[in-house]
Amino acid sequence: MNVALDHTLYIELYRKMRLIRRFEERAAELVNRNEIAGNTHEYIGEEAVAVGICSALQPEDVITSTHRGHGHLLAKGGEAKKMMAELLGRSTGYNRGKGGSMHIADLSLGIYGANGMVAGGVPIAAGAAWAAKIRKTNQIAVAFFGDGGANQGVLHETMNLAGIWNLPVLFVCENNLYAVTTSVKYATAGPGIAERAKGYGFPGYVVDGMDLAAVMQAARQASDRARSGQGPSLLECRTYRFRGHFTAERALGISYRTQAEIEEWQQRDPLLLWARKLEELEVLAPVDRAAVDDQVEKLLDEAVEYARFSPWPEPQEALEHMYTQCYPGLPAKGISCHAK
Amino acid sequence: MNYLQALREALVLEMRRDQSVVVLGEDVRMSLRGITKGLHEEFGPERVWDTPISESAFVGLATGAALAGLRPVVEFQVSTLLYVAMEQLVNQAQKLRYMMGGQGKIPVTYIVPGSGARPGLAGQHSDHAYPMLMQGGMKVVIPTTPQDAKGLLTAALREDDPVVVFAPAALLGARGNVSEEEFVIPLGKGKIMRIGTDVTVVAVGPCLPQALKVAEQLEPESISVEVIDPRSLLPFDYPLLQDSVRKTGRLVIFDDSNRTCGLAAEVAAHAAEQLFTFLKAPVARVTRADVPVPFSIALDKHVLPSAAQLVEAIRKILDTSTKEEGRAA
Repeated sequence: MNVALDHTLYIELYRKMRLIRRFEERAAELVNRNEIAGNTHEYIGEEAVAVGICSALQPEDVITSTHRGHGHLLAKGGEAKKMMAELLGRSTGYNRGKGGSMHIADLSLGIYGANGMVAGGVPIAAGAAWAAKIRKTNQIAVAFFGDGGANQGVLHETMNLAGIWNLPVLFVCENNLYAVTTSVKYATAGPGIAERAKGYGFPGYVVDGMDLAAVMQAARQASDRARSGQGPSLLECRTYRFRGHFTAERALGISYRTQAEIEEWQQRDPLLLWARKLEELEVLAPVDRAAVDDQVEKLLDEAVEYARFSPWPEPQEALEHMYTQCYPGLPAKGISCHAK
Repeated sequence: MNYLQALREALVLEMRRDQSVVVLGEDVRMSLRGITKGLHEEFGPERVWDTPISESAFVGLATGAALAGLRPVVEFQVSTLLYVAMEQLVNQAQKLRYMMGGQGKIPVTYIVPGSGARPGLAGQHSDHAYPMLMQGGMKVVIPTTPQDAKGLLTAALREDDPVVVFAPAALLGARGNVSEEEFVIPLGKGKIMRIGTDVTVVAVGPCLPQALKVAEQLEPESISVEVIDPRSLLPFDYPLLQDSVRKTGRLVIFDDSNRTCGLAAEVAAHAAEQLFTFLKAPVARVTRADVPVPFSIALDKHVLPSAAQLVEAIRKILDTSTKEEGRAA
């Protein structure tokens, strides 16, 4: 293996995690300033999962993401400026302002969308894997979901189908211990999420989701298995969101996690762990890391500016993009018009 | 050729023409109804996939495969199985293109054979849930003749958007001439099945043959009924409806979906908004009652829309409008 190349890759993975972290922090600021309507679900603390999993993917591989999707999109190659423009509802956004935070997609990058429905994207990823199997394209697909999604029926239906058809798909569970406020311990019967894969005839693994190297290794193993026609895997990545379920949670005054628990997980901040490791390996000295951080900051400055100065969508676009083939009267308008 | 054979022929011809058409659903290899009969033998296991009973998952799979470039055809063995997959149908397949700002296409055809009521199947196997799908913007067709079954299914298979094809139970055995070659009946084109001057009857799916009989029955009484088969429910051929009602001044919608927020309600609302000044009488709806279809044959006829109710509705609005005209004079 080429050591120099590896070093470049390791630095790039650090850069991506840093990009996700700072993208989320800046998005949250924009939510709090009402520049972004509604809420976003910050991925802060979970960066190693998206970056580690996507490190095993090719550009033509497919992912479906979740309501907490920004990290997956950036890890799969999504452009920060088009994402930021989407968050601000602008016409230059990935979805031309029609999707927002929970629905960003870029089909050209194999991103079949974040999804507002818990586990809603899972069968869609499996469908891409099914198409790849039929057409022998050697693509694989990744379905990201959370510990909440682990209890959705459609996930289990899809895992069963993937099992019987041996689909090249990775089921990646980001177990961050809470489905909104409901703890995974309370909500999960049996010996745990990873163990459920056994019931569908493929392997399931518990992965340290705070350790980028561990996620990369698990992703490599599962993707090799899928690509070589041996079928699906389930990776339960144990991770933690350092912030609330969504931006506004702080204002709700609810408490379901102890400060001690949060701090304990913050000790294992995936970004710091990886930075420390690169320092130990003498791959990235603190001074060079600062340079990478500056580069990320500059990119995000540009992304925010790009979004702010982008035009709003035109009013008529509200009724566009619904169909590829339109017919008179479709889509129906929201006001009635009188007979001529 | 009968209606089912016509559907099968459309599917076979399209699968021969286009390698990306794949079929999935429950028992499609054995083919309970016959639409997919012989496809597994002709096209092999990579084109025809039996699924477990997992409607949400296989509808979602079709969406993902469509985004990846296939043209999946999903067969539902029972119309109410649509309910099981509703999230994946209306919240994913139908919405994704819009929500992604126009990226990609989702060319999936869902065939729903044996929709509507069949004797002895009771309340959970007898629905015509197209209004719910149409509210979500899903394109819906409901052919009534073998010729239309072939042409509309071919059109649906070539659409780049999701389309649901209802094949009503009462029509599956209908026979008729079917053109041998491939052909398309475009979505959004209704058809006048009988020309008349006194009242327009919009007869949907299984209601059509009954409406034609009623029209014939009323002819000796000098009641001239125009019967329209909309064929396609979304898009709906409103120009055809408008031309007819402008001529007759009276409208009855005869439809086997639920009354509340049903198809008839939508067509009636359109008439009220667009055709008010042409109407000589209130619009009438003859629909299914808002209860589940009961099991007993002594009861189901009191829930399903019937020819007798249609006759009554036609007489009533003719009577109303005659009185109104008399008063005006």
